[in-house]
Amino acid sequence: MSAAGGIDEDPEQRRKRHGMLKMYYGLDKDEAGGASLDPCDIDGAHFNKDMYLSKLIQEKSLTELMDKESDMLKQIRSLDSDMQTLVYENYNKFISATDTIRKMKNDFRKMEDEMDHLATNMSRITEFSGSVSQTLDDRRQQITKLAGVHSLLKKLQFLFELPARLKKCIELKAYSQAVRYYTKAQRILLQYQHMPSFQGINTDCVHIMEQLAATLKQQFHDKQSSPRQLAECVDLLLQLREPAEQLCEEFLKHLRFSARHKLDCDLEELQYQISWTKGEASPQSPERPAQAYTSTPMDVLEFIDSGCNGFLSNMCLVIASYNDMFLNKQDNEALENIAMKKLVHFVNSLMEQYFQAVKMRIQLERETGDNTILVRALDRFHRRLQAMNKLLPDTDFSRAGTDIVSSAARDRVDHYLESLKQHFADCLTDVRQNLASPRPAGKQEAALNLGELLSGVQLNTVDQVKSVLINLQVFIAPDITFAMKPYFRGAFCTTGVREGLVVAFVRHLTTVCHDFCEGGGERGAAPPALLLILSRLCSDFENSTISYLITLTEEQFDMDSRNEMTSISDLCNEVKVTAQKLLNHYVKVQGLAISQMLRKSVETRDWLNTIEPRNVRAVMKRVVEDITAIDSQVGQLYEEGVRKERSSDSSRRAHSYSASQQRRGQWAFTPSIDNSLISNIQKLFSEKIEIFSAVEFSKVSVLTGIVKISLKTFMECVRLRIFGRYGLQQIQVDTNYLQIHLWGFVSDENLVQCLLDEIVCSTVHRCLDPVLMEPSVIELICDRG
Amino acid sequence: MEDEAPVIYGLEFPARALCAQAAEADQIRFLVGTQSLRQENQVHHIDFDDENNVINKNVFTHREGEIWHMSASTLDKSHLATCYNKTSESRAEMKAAIWKLPSDFDDISTEDQSSMQPLQLVCRLEANDLGDIKSVMWHPTGDGCTIVGLADSHIVLWDIDTNGSSAKMSSSAGLEAKGQPRMTCCSWDPHHNCVQIATANDTCIRGWDIRNMQQTYVIDNAHGQLVRDLDFNPNKQYYLLSCGDDCKVKFWDVRNVTEPLKVLSDHSHWVWSVRYNRFHDQLILSSSSDSRVVLNNIVSLSSEPYGNLVERDDEDNDDTEGSNPQEDGVIATYEEHEDSVYTVDWSTADPWVFASLSYDGRLVINRVPRAEKYKILL
Repeated sequence: MSAAGGIDEDPEQRRKRHGMLKMYYGLDKDEAGGASLDPCDIDGAHFNKDMYLSKLIQEKSLTELMDKESDMLKQIRSLDSDMQTLVYENYNKFISATDTIRKMKNDFRKMEDEMDHLATNMSRITEFSGSVSQTLDDRRQQITKLAGVHSLLKKLQFLFELPARLKKCIELKAYSQAVRYYTKAQRILLQYQHMPSFQGINTDCVHIMEQLAATLKQQFHDKQSSPRQLAECVDLLLQLREPAEQLCEEFLKHLRFSARHKLDCDLEELQYQISWTKGEASPQSPERPAQAYTSTPMDVLEFIDSGCNGFLSNMCLVIASYNDMFLNKQDNEALENIAMKKLVHFVNSLMEQYFQAVKMRIQLERETGDNTILVRALDRFHRRLQAMNKLLPDTDFSRAGTDIVSSAARDRVDHYLESLKQHFADCLTDVRQNLASPRPAGKQEAALNLGELLSGVQLNTVDQVKSVLINLQVFIAPDITFAMKPYFRGAFCTTGVREGLVVAFVRHLTTVCHDFCEGGGERGAAPPALLLILSRLCSDFENSTISYLITLTEEQFDMDSRNEMTSISDLCNEVKVTAQKLLNHYVKVQGLAISQMLRKSVETRDWLNTIEPRNVRAVMKRVVEDITAIDSQVGQLYEEGVRKERSSDSSRRAHSYSASQQRRGQWAFTPSIDNSLISNIQKLFSEKIEIFSAVEFSKVSVLTGIVKISLKTFMECVRLRIFGRYGLQQIQVDTNYLQIHLWGFVSDENLVQCLLDEIVCSTVHRCLDPVLMEPSVIELICDRG
Repeated sequence: MEDEAPVIYGLEFPARALCAQAAEADQIRFLVGTQSLRQENQVHHIDFDDENNVINKNVFTHREGEIWHMSASTLDKSHLATCYNKTSESRAEMKAAIWKLPSDFDDISTEDQSSMQPLQLVCRLEANDLGDIKSVMWHPTGDGCTIVGLADSHIVLWDIDTNGSSAKMSSSAGLEAKGQPRMTCCSWDPHHNCVQIATANDTCIRGWDIRNMQQTYVIDNAHGQLVRDLDFNPNKQYYLLSCGDDCKVKFWDVRNVTEPLKVLSDHSHWVWSVRYNRFHDQLILSSSSDSRVVLNNIVSLSSEPYGNLVERDDEDNDDTEGSNPQEDGVIATYEEHEDSVYTVDWSTADPWVFASLSYDGRLVINRVPRAEKYKILL
């Protein structure tokens, strides 16, 4: 109410006033106490007037005091007036409150009177209603009774009419209605069985119902009826309390029959498809009307679709209806279990057949190039099976389905592996053809050949592998459900693609190469250039290609677990061994080719009766030519390699000459002393020479190998012959010629020197009249030749 | 169980011809023929005293020429046949003759070493105009008096009369092929009553029936290059060993000539000689111009029962390593030679001793490692 009075006032003022009021009533004691304990605060609660006064007098000047006094007076005056207004306002409010209370008192008194009046009226109404209901009570009871009788009569009438009704229902084939009527009445009939009339009705009904049951059963056994009809039948029969177990059995038997029939159709169709795909069956097959419209064989997607839509949806329907009929009753656990088992057995056996069919069909897909359709088909198949799984929780079709899918995937991988192998073989054939085809006249073009062929094979192979990988990636595309299953994915990526495809391909490559080394070499199957190319190919594989391919595969197929897989280094090692073997074999083949030439040349000549040498024999020139050709061939694919202790090129020729001269000098001085002694002493100081030893991956090493083999052969052949004086001199000329031309090819020229010395030494030994030629003459002849 | 060191014997001249004294079954004896164009050639009769590890020798001169091939008689241990080279100024001919050793070790103990006795000529093996005689073979069991020789492209049979003083050429057969085929080596099949021999020319191996001198089988391209030596398995019928310039040793079943049974490639140059051990035919010796001799153990193709014997398991309980079934493989590689090893032969007396001869005239007598010996014996 104070608010009513001070509405138009400044809120500042109002608060101030309130504050004063509060202070007056001692309400804000604690608040004020907290605000200022200063005794000199004039508004504070602890104000000490004497202290204040003395403080003022001490601190202020006279004028200030005067001012303070007037100021204080002013304040006191305003406070007084404020107090007055407050008192006035509160007084007014109090007056109006008293008035209101008085008025309320008057009103309540009037209300109390009216309430009393109402109470009396109500009690009177109660009295009246009680009397009315009392009077009507008898009638009502009578009516209720009559109504009861009426309903009973109605029921009785229903019962009496029941047989007729049932008959009519059966005539109209409204079996379900008949069963409904019967089940309704059955209980009553049973209850009142002792009354003859009811008994009559009952027997009639039972009779009719038996007929009905018989009809139903007949329908049930009818092969033509659809699953829906069957389901209805079973439902009705169950309501008629036929034994459930037997029913399941029969139901399933029937289903099996029809399903098998359907499946047989499918299978037959499949067989037809298979033969069609193989191109054996003729399009006209009048006994199969179903196929009449299929002018082309179904592709696998269509096949799976038809399987899904036909067989699997039938299956689902069967399971669903079976569930409704036998399983969801919740009354008999044991029965349910049996029924469940039967169902599972039934479904399993059928599914097995279906899986068989699908497998066969999918296997037909081995040869096709396109993955997408197959993958889509498989995906659809897999999804459908998963749906099935949900329907029948006890079984695991998706596992079986995944098995089929993975075996299909494996088949694909195998197929690709085969095609990779085939492709590689084709590549090799191409290379061989290229090698065998007559070269264009210019040597430069021929020289370019090998490198190109190598890179051609390499690119081709890598590309092929890549494209296969891309093709296979379809199997793990993110929108394919089975691709996400770890069961499938793990096996597919690691054992399938990585091991089964990439690693297996590399292994195949090595075995192919090994075969070239093992069998082919002797019968001249593989041209040496091919061996060289393959060797280089293998060593390139070892250096980069394998790790590239494997990493690519791992990236593309997103593999992580690296255990239990062939490691890259293992694979590299295998390939390295192969490369080494190929190169060794190359050396051997080329070495033997030259050996053969040398052997023939030594064997066929009559060294006893030869004339004084005038020329280097043509075969030596041929040998040098061949080795030069081999050098350029190897040089295309392998780098130079390291030589031992090279002297500068300018001094080389002179140096080697002087060395040989020195040695020949020895012979010249001691022709009569047994030469084997010298050679034995020489051997003591030189290391044993491995003739057919492993070579390094360099041109020099390869050439050294070939030269070693050739010269050793030369020596062995010389030892089998007998020489005249000129025979020996001819050999001297020949070896000198070889010395001049072969040092450049080998890693250690001393080796050539050593072998050639031994040849001459052996010749001296096999000579009847060992007179050596003057070194200067030899040089002359060689220079001329 | 340390193996005894090999015994090395040096000849002054280069040598190619080596054979065991075949008719001697008690002493370890070898015959070595030298090959020297300008000096007088010798035949060294070597006796190896196994217990003292000492070599005794008798040297006989062979004045006719350098010896290329030699074989000891299986009939009479003092007889041997050589193929030698007779050279004149412009001609070199290969001839063959049967010789008699003038003395044995038993009666030369007092003899002075310095004076070398010459071999006594028994008879020459004349091949008329058939060509150079490459090699001769005595009848393998010593029952018959037949000698087979190779002369260029012909096989020649001589009959020697019982006292061994004369030999008569009884039959010969030639090889008809283009390019003058030359037979390089031969081996006499000791089975089937000794009626078959095998010869090699270039890369082919041929089988012959010496009763009618007809060819029985041909192994074409048996080796990639020249075939250098042949040897029949002495204990197992039809099994033939060959070696050649392709550095390989091959096992053949002559009933199936398309594929070798096994190929060994242990050498790094031509394999010149290969021999079955007469007693334990799983032991194979091969020698090569890479100056190595390799001893192989090829149980899988030997006449010995392959795999475990039942009683062996009981005996070898304490020795688990020994009870392992033996596997094929190289037993040992002998590197005592410095030059090409052209011939190698087993002793006919001691199954564990063999000799190898390299061109520089070094004869090495070696033994099968004891460990291996016991493995075979136990």
